[in-house]
Amino acid sequence: MKIGVFVCHCGENIGKTVDCPRAAQESAKIPGVVISVDNKYTCSDPGQNMIKNAIKEYNLDGVVVASCSPHMHEKTFRKAVASVGMNPYMCEIANIREQCSWVHDDVEEATKKAIDLIRIAVEKVKRNFALTPIKVPVTKRALVIGGGISGIQSALDIANAGYEVVLVEKEPSIGGHMSQLSETFPTLDCSQCILTPRMVEVYQHPKIKLLTYSEVEKVEGFIGNFKVTIKKKPRYVDETKCTGCGLCTQKCPIKKAPNEFEQGMIKRTAIYVPFPQAVPNIPVIDNTVCTYFRTGKCQMCVKVCGKEAIDFNQKERFVVEEVGAIIVATGYSLYKIDKKPKDSPIKGYGEYGYGMYPDVIDGLQFERLASASGPTAGEIKRPSDKKEPKKVVFIQCVGSRDESKGFSYCSKICCMYTAKHAMLYKHKVHDGEAYVFYMDIRSGGKMYEEFVRRAIEEDDVKYIRGRVSRIYEDGGKYIVKGEDTIAGIPVEIDADMVVLATAIVAQNDSKKLAQTIGIPYDKYGFLNEVHPKLRPVESSTAGVYLAGACQAPRDIPESVAMASAAASKALVLFGSDMLEREPTIAKVNEATCAGCFYCQKVCAYNAIEKKEIKDRNGNFVKYVAYVNPGLCQGCGTCNATCPSKSVELIGYTDEQIFAEINALAIL
Amino acid sequence: MYTIGYYPGCSLTGSAKEFDKSLRKICDLLGIKLVEIEDWNCCGATSAHATNHLLSVSLPLLNIKKAYKQGITKILAPCAACYNRLVTAQYELTKNNLVKRELSEFLENDYNSIKVINIIEFFQEIIKEGILDKKVVSLKGLKVACYYGCLLLRPKEIVDFDDSEQPSSMEEIIKITDATPVDWNYKIECCGASHSIAHKDIVVDLIGKILGDAQKHFADIMVVACPMCHSNLDMRQLELRKNDGYKSIPIIYLTELIGLSLGLSPEELGINLHFIESRLVFEKYFSKVEVQL
Repeated sequence: MKIGVFVCHCGENIGKTVDCPRAAQESAKIPGVVISVDNKYTCSDPGQNMIKNAIKEYNLDGVVVASCSPHMHEKTFRKAVASVGMNPYMCEIANIREQCSWVHDDVEEATKKAIDLIRIAVEKVKRNFALTPIKVPVTKRALVIGGGISGIQSALDIANAGYEVVLVEKEPSIGGHMSQLSETFPTLDCSQCILTPRMVEVYQHPKIKLLTYSEVEKVEGFIGNFKVTIKKKPRYVDETKCTGCGLCTQKCPIKKAPNEFEQGMIKRTAIYVPFPQAVPNIPVIDNTVCTYFRTGKCQMCVKVCGKEAIDFNQKERFVVEEVGAIIVATGYSLYKIDKKPKDSPIKGYGEYGYGMYPDVIDGLQFERLASASGPTAGEIKRPSDKKEPKKVVFIQCVGSRDESKGFSYCSKICCMYTAKHAMLYKHKVHDGEAYVFYMDIRSGGKMYEEFVRRAIEEDDVKYIRGRVSRIYEDGGKYIVKGEDTIAGIPVEIDADMVVLATAIVAQNDSKKLAQTIGIPYDKYGFLNEVHPKLRPVESSTAGVYLAGACQAPRDIPESVAMASAAASKALVLFGSDMLEREPTIAKVNEATCAGCFYCQKVCAYNAIEKKEIKDRNGNFVKYVAYVNPGLCQGCGTCNATCPSKSVELIGYTDEQIFAEINALAIL
Repeated sequence: MYTIGYYPGCSLTGSAKEFDKSLRKICDLLGIKLVEIEDWNCCGATSAHATNHLLSVSLPLLNIKKAYKQGITKILAPCAACYNRLVTAQYELTKNNLVKRELSEFLENDYNSIKVINIIEFFQEIIKEGILDKKVVSLKGLKVACYYGCLLLRPKEIVDFDDSEQPSSMEEIIKITDATPVDWNYKIECCGASHSIAHKDIVVDLIGKILGDAQKHFADIMVVACPMCHSNLDMRQLELRKNDGYKSIPIIYLTELIGLSLGLSPEELGINLHFIESRLVFEKYFSKVEVQL
């Protein structure tokens, strides 16, 4: 075998600490090395040409580049050798920068170490073999889970690029939390006015298949080739027949079910459309309260429906969709603080009396109170006696940044929406007083700080730095006891209403969904990205992308940006017909595999499957592990776990690794 | 026979001896055997944990060790401070490796197998077991403000038997006497504790707020489960009484209220030992006792 070694100075980066000419000279003595040279900048064009020429001149069949981390330039050099006909996997990097010159001072010792590292790489190259990338076909369709602003944005971006999208929403309507908001910061433009046109666009888009009141049940397959089973929950209304006339909802005699969209502040009927602008505008029957489902009588909706659209016999249906990419945009929920949840690390905020006092409400409830389409038509009235509150206290960080009672993270949007709430209140109740208790004001964002200042300076919202220790009712007033940490005094405010900026938490079924798809999540249930800075919208499972608040607390601009980024990642995937994947994946020796499936348990990517081995007569012999090449990421965990050494990682076989270790031992 | 280990602590032999007296009376009546820990020592409250952390943990553990040797598996510590020290020591033993290491020689057994309960948990338990199920006197119409103070409920990681911010366990218990618990706001506010000695004015101010809120919610009487709270609310109320028109509110122990409903007389329960006279409140109920007897 003829191997060429190319030692790079990386300018001063390596050359200052490692005696590169000597390293090259010493490397030339390693058996198998036919040429060994040093170069100032090997990654530069002349540097690469030097390698290419050497391959041709010396008829090399292996190359070692002693330079920076393979993360940096492995691809560059492999491409270079491939351009002159060498298999790219015959090129190895000896990392003498990050793992040598950058961390040592002594030239003598560092040079010795560099030579060792080169020898290791040479021994590996000797045992390398030609590998070809795995090619998998790409289904150019995307699944978007969640129909909030993030999901809508992703779906529209992909659909507008000309690819089909399946959009799944678990609620009867798309729109998500954004449809509940009154105005949005920092511009105070109406949330529904900017959202509903997009909802309609989704509904009318020929490339978008909208599945509302549906949930993802099962995800099989791998990047480019997912098979997703979706459960369609029964609406008990035939979507093809219903015209959305609304007669059934007007006539329904059950009028006492809590209205989820209005945060329980008013009631709704048993057959209902979540809100007037719902998309699709098709009602759904809540079978837990409907008289027909409880007693078998009534059927008022059937009587009034002119289109015979009511169908009490509808059952759960399962649809299977084949897609190439999945975008998860399942959003968030609000921390409910009324009761101390049993067996939960979260201890609640009993001292604030949420759930006990009707006028202690959370942020989303205030959004509905302030919304023109809300239960009070936008007038600020307190829930208990419908009177206009003259003094409102807003408390930030209820559950956020509080390790002892809630969560250690910052919910990010509360500083802004509390400023917005206080401002909206002052705009509607001119003689009212608004107080905000805060820990810090975190208003990073374009025009955000200015917005908060406007609340304080122009709208005279009184900001008090400190926490509230207790709220209790006294003669129709709510006594808010807190501390002003700047003045260093206790404060007591007799408020008419209290609004708690409760923490953003992950959806309660986010962990289950993550397990269904096979993507990691953090201890709070938020879904994890691969790299927080450089790959923020990709999950560690190839082909699955993240958008919006399912990944961490996010505001609308960020959610939309993430959604478009996730969509573009899917579009990158759809850009080619075949997908090339690294061939360095695990492979099972079926002759020795005992079928213990320890590998299956440790695999983080669900890449290991059961395979039946039959003899030539077709009789079952045994089960063995099979590595799905589409899912395997080549991490090597199964390789290390296998008790019978039946799993090998191609490109990093035991033989290769031992050769590398032995290269050190011969000294 | 229901038997339980008993740790009275210093308060119940001194300033709060009516707490001890009423508890023993109830237990006699219900056939509960209290096994007092022999040669029990200080629980380590205030003076010990203000001096040395290790000492504040070792003192209660020494008591538990003595109980263990006597074969006691469950200890009732009626005083809230004693209870707090005992469970805190057990908690420290599991969570604080430093304490564990320092005390390893001293610890011969697993003292966390011994359960320490407070007076509220004790009543919860005997109600659940059906031992306390009868009442002789119905206290119907009596409006009671249940006051918890701090030591029974905090820190909540350690004494997690009720919600530390919105407790309701005492209210549940007094329901068996037919009395009506009032909904009020100062259940867990600070009574001033040891400031009673050096800064009497602070305590008078604090209890004034507590008692004021109870009266605002029409409480006839206040029930407590802590000797410290009791002495502050009862004794320091004398200062408030100096103000013109002040209507005093009797402070009694939970054990005394239960005792009354079991037909025991105020004298037997030691209610006559309190500073604030409660005869007027109970008068109408006593006559009923006589009728029933």
